[in-house]
Amino acid sequence: MDLNIITENWLFLYYVEICMTSFGDAFAAAWALIAGFDGELADIVLLSLKVSLSAVVLATAIGLPLGAAIAVERFPGRQVLIVILNALMGLPPVVVGLLVYLLLSRAGPLGTLGILFTPQAMVIAQAVLITPIIAALSRQTIEDAWREYDEQLRSLGARRLSAAMTLIWDTRFSLLTIVLAGFGRAAAEVGAVMIVGGNIDGVTRVMTTAIALETSKGDLPLALGLGIVLIGLVMLLNALAAVIREMAQRKYG
Amino acid sequence: MGLIRTAALALAMAGVMQAATALAQQKSITVASTTSTENSGLFKHILPIFKAKYGIDVRVVAQGTGQALDTGRRGDADVVFVHDKEKEQVLVKEGAFVNRHDVMYNDFIVVGPKTDPARVGGSKDVIGSFRKIAAARAAFASRGDKSGTHAAELRLWKAAGVDPATGKGSWYRETGSGMGATLNTAAGMGAYALTDRGTWLSFKNKATLTISVEGDQRLFNQYGVMLVNPAKHAHVKKDLGQAFIDWLISADGQKAIADYKINGEQLFFPNAGK
Amino acid sequence: MILGPNGAGKSVLMRLCHGLLTPVAGRIVWHGARNGDVRRHQAMVFQRPVMLRRSALENVIYGLKLAGKSREECRLRALDVLEVVGLAQHAYRPARVMSGGEQQRLALARAWALGPDVLFLDEPTANLDPSATQDIERIINAIHASGTKIIMTTHNLGQARRLGDEILFMSKGRLMEQTPVDRFFGEPVSSEAAAFIKGEMPWD
Repeated sequence: MDLNIITENWLFLYYVEICMTSFGDAFAAAWALIAGFDGELADIVLLSLKVSLSAVVLATAIGLPLGAAIAVERFPGRQVLIVILNALMGLPPVVVGLLVYLLLSRAGPLGTLGILFTPQAMVIAQAVLITPIIAALSRQTIEDAWREYDEQLRSLGARRLSAAMTLIWDTRFSLLTIVLAGFGRAAAEVGAVMIVGGNIDGVTRVMTTAIALETSKGDLPLALGLGIVLIGLVMLLNALAAVIREMAQRKYG
Repeated sequence: MGLIRTAALALAMAGVMQAATALAQQKSITVASTTSTENSGLFKHILPIFKAKYGIDVRVVAQGTGQALDTGRRGDADVVFVHDKEKEQVLVKEGAFVNRHDVMYNDFIVVGPKTDPARVGGSKDVIGSFRKIAAARAAFASRGDKSGTHAAELRLWKAAGVDPATGKGSWYRETGSGMGATLNTAAGMGAYALTDRGTWLSFKNKATLTISVEGDQRLFNQYGVMLVNPAKHAHVKKDLGQAFIDWLISADGQKAIADYKINGEQLFFPNAGK
Repeated sequence: MILGPNGAGKSVLMRLCHGLLTPVAGRIVWHGARNGDVRRHQAMVFQRPVMLRRSALENVIYGLKLAGKSREECRLRALDVLEVVGLAQHAYRPARVMSGGEQQRLALARAWALGPDVLFLDEPTANLDPSATQDIERIINAIHASGTKIIMTTHNLGQARRLGDEILFMSKGRLMEQTPVDRFFGEPVSSEAAAFIKGEMPWD
């Protein structure tokens, strides 16, 4: 019986050691990547940022006015639209990727654009994914603000459109959080960009697809290392936004 | 104010699209290929040589053979480079592709756990080994994704007279994934798997897996390249694509393929026109 | 001064007159014109001041900009008004960090800056302490002196006596009487008003 306990403990420690080694390898790999200023890594990170930022800008340009309009206007079917919008927040990325692929494929309706397997396709896929998020959440935020400001703004003579824009500006910090959430969702997804981008070396390879590739090659430390870099990047952006919000809060109340 | 912002954005997007089209003017072709060629690192080795000579950017989309052939059929690629000769020839007959050529071969191997529950280690008889694995109900990880490797695997089961579907859910595990992911699963489960040597050599998570069966003639794996039929898809870059195909089967391209080695071991054996 | 028990409809009446609510039946008529055009010459201050996330000065300017004045005009007028209500030194502070009393003064300033013919006030001092209430009453008187007609509601009968010229007494959604302030507290016309003053009718 004593032997069993010893063996079990030893096995346990062995597995712990393997985990630690893997994580240790991963951190070492991550550090080597960053410290070495690996050119390829820099390209991949830059492309990831470009694609996700473009997608967020596009999604905000569409989603924010949409959310604001639904928040302040009253029309038949409004409740149904709100429910649909909220549901679309949970669109599975891989399904979006498939749909956009079918749309942009040469055999599909927008095939003549020829943008399949390019960063543009990835931007479109990610934008489709996060527009509902931005629209639904900004709709909620602006509607809550509308409830508070409604009478006063109307009393001062603001028209619907002008009031909506005032509300957007006034809730800008909450909206910034929403935009960041959208960015996080875009930067983290791999299904859609893999399908419409094709993970082409040097052209459409982003952090998430690179991680998927390295995993499939069995290079787990490198994959984990890339993952750490990705998480670090997203955290950095969020920290930046938190600082901006803090400064602005102090200034504007 | 919001209107101005939206207008500015539209202009910016238009600018991006314009730049993108300009970039596209730079000579490039899209090649749909398999995960085995991509993961092995072959393209990273030979494409720079091709680009230096011809100035053409080759963009490889690595999918399973089935998906790559479909991509070619839809016209989303210019050239297709896969390893399922039977299917390739059928599709050429159907008119989806033209100008098919053999390019290179490598071989498949069966990898399995060091513990070797089916006792097939060191064997040169893949059909017999498959029978033993089925009989022992030893865990087997299949790609299950209509890839060239998967097609080869199914042919071997057929030749062995075994229907692996009977083991579905117990010893026969279909991952529906690429070669690397399947090997990861096999390593994690201690299962046998059929893989191409190229992927195996460059695979970094071998864990307790080792080569069980190799050297059987029936494990021969032929790669072929073909052009997407420009008659079916007018936009196909047939000149640039043909240039790539011609280079692959030329002495220069064949040498580049033969020169690719991992740890001194050659992965792919050129056999164009042989 | 609109007086009446809770639920009598005082707020509803003011909002109808100001155009914030649309009547289900009947019409609101101002000097013979329809309500839509007339809001320009009115302003309203609510029980809780609603300030935008910007400086005090910017909040006042916001109302003026909506009225179509130029940026410079708006600034000058806004600074003037802030001076009169005693908030000039806080002009650049964020409005939302100011105290309740300061915000309500700001709300009055914002309304006054528009130069309205009529100013509606919905229980403007209900949430304020006595000293802040005093400040507000002083400002209301100043606005009244400058020519704006004030229509306000309050639950503070003392305040009604201090500030009001005429009492409109409401009960159960109907206007019960319209009496000059002195006579109202001495000899109200309706029995409901009498009960109300005696403190027997806090709710409708």
